[in-house]
Amino acid sequence: MNILLVLIVIVILLVVFIVGIYNALVRLRNQVQNAWSQIDVQLKRRHDLIPNLIETAKGYMQHERGTLEAVTNARSQAMGAKGVAESAKAEGVLGKALSKFLLTVEAYPDLKANQNFLALQEELSSTENKIAFSRQAYNDQVLFFNNKIQMFPSNIVAGMFNFAKRDYFEIDTAEKAVPKVSFGN
Amino acid sequence: MWEQIRANKRNSILLLALMATVLALLGWFIGRAFSPDPAAGLFGIVIALFVWMILAMVSFAGGDAIFLAASKATPVTKDVHPQLFNVVEEMAIAAQLPMPKIYIINDPAPNAFATGRNPQKASVAITAGLLGRLNRDELQGVIAHEMSHILHRDILFVTVAGVMLGAIVLISEIFLRGMFFSSMSRRYSSRSRSSGGGQAQAIMLVVAIIAAILAPIMATLLYFALSRKREYLADAGAARLTRYPEGLASALEKLSQNTTPLSVANKVTAPMYIVNPLQKKGMKLSDLTSTHPPISERVRVLRGMAGASFADYSEAFRKTTKHSTPIPSSALKDEAVQIRSAGSQKSADSKKQIRDIGDIMQKTAGFHFVNCSCGLKMKVPPNYKAHQVKCPRCGKISAV
Repeated sequence: MNILLVLIVIVILLVVFIVGIYNALVRLRNQVQNAWSQIDVQLKRRHDLIPNLIETAKGYMQHERGTLEAVTNARSQAMGAKGVAESAKAEGVLGKALSKFLLTVEAYPDLKANQNFLALQEELSSTENKIAFSRQAYNDQVLFFNNKIQMFPSNIVAGMFNFAKRDYFEIDTAEKAVPKVSFGN
Repeated sequence: MWEQIRANKRNSILLLALMATVLALLGWFIGRAFSPDPAAGLFGIVIALFVWMILAMVSFAGGDAIFLAASKATPVTKDVHPQLFNVVEEMAIAAQLPMPKIYIINDPAPNAFATGRNPQKASVAITAGLLGRLNRDELQGVIAHEMSHILHRDILFVTVAGVMLGAIVLISEIFLRGMFFSSMSRRYSSRSRSSGGGQAQAIMLVVAIIAAILAPIMATLLYFALSRKREYLADAGAARLTRYPEGLASALEKLSQNTTPLSVANKVTAPMYIVNPLQKKGMKLSDLTSTHPPISERVRVLRGMAGASFADYSEAFRKTTKHSTPIPSSALKDEAVQIRSAGSQKSADSKKQIRDIGDIMQKTAGFHFVNCSCGLKMKVPPNYKAHQVKCPRCGKISAV
């Protein structure tokens, strides 16, 4: 009788323990998901801005077809990317193409004076900043989540319910720099 | 982040307790001045706390609204100044705070402040004069400084402490004025009073008068001492959020070049602004009565930073000022925050800055800007009712 009681108590404690860890894991996973959707919003915004930017620039930059096409191609690559790691890579390429494009813009004072273009450029550089800031928040959350999954005893619960490690959103250091946007004077 | 908030909270509670003591003592002395009975002293304390509570309730319910209205701040939409909205959004993401409400103060003097009870109900206000003078990096620095105030919960502290200071000033003033008038009227009725009150009562009266004169001064010094520390903390926070201390440093430099005092600020609201709005040219600011640390010192500290973390700020602060750091030790954890490279938007020349300030003020006042295809910018006043406007240069008709 007594042994049965002790066993029941142990089982109940175990269940409470596992439920607690499980809930903590779910909360962390949701936070990672939420942080990712923040980045995703900004990435979508970036993809939406590019066609307008290219369209406005086209009229002024007839001799820069290659540069413009590189940006357009990189954009469609980035839009088709699946998953965090692939997306980070494609966004890196897009960032590189964009900075090259914005560097070329320097040679076209008429374009740089265009109000519409200036407004788009401001939106673009703001979006780049937002991506950078939300990337930081996302990576912090991923660190918490991955630590929890790998550490004892939560790793056991994570294994039981198939919680998988998440990827960091890392952009190559060479491409990390925000494209230089010059408003000049 | 949370360590700072906790440390701030502890400091604030300590300071508020000190101010409350000053308030209670003031009440006690005034009470005793009227009657030698100790109960009168207690009654004085109750009255003083009652005055403070009423003021505190009003400020908690609508302090930010009162403050914004007193500063003549106008809430604006994104089309008035898209860059301002973008920068605030960026800093809200960096600080992981909800987006605050944005106000523009139609004043050519450069300044900015943040207010609100908590981060969910926070507002950021910036003058047109500041907005027109800054480039993107500098604007980011200023907004990050205000965001740090919100993040560190300074906005609530300034409101509560400001109200307590207000209560002390109010009670002292009423008492001193009351003494002045009653002493004049007593001259005629003194013969009817028994002179048995005694010497002790007269001494008590003198003590009460001295307390009424000293209390506001002491409370003000306490208030200012902590608000100075908070400015340093917010500077450090801004550097960490933007990863670019130079942005805030050069914005502060621009602010210090200004000599026009902000017309909508006063002594109680002054600690809320990014730089002291009441500062006169040539005044030495490193004294006790200053709400803000000297700008030159803040700039030097920011420029001396090797990285952008709190530890880097603390290190730079120690080197430049030779004082102990204003950053709570719990915030000085090891973290490497690298300084980013400068954005490439340069500051406009002063003529264009003045034109921009005018444009921002007109837009804030409700003017609608229409760009004609011939390149002319038409400024349509808010009371223009028609839906179309004719360009005075090329005669083309545009929609408003």
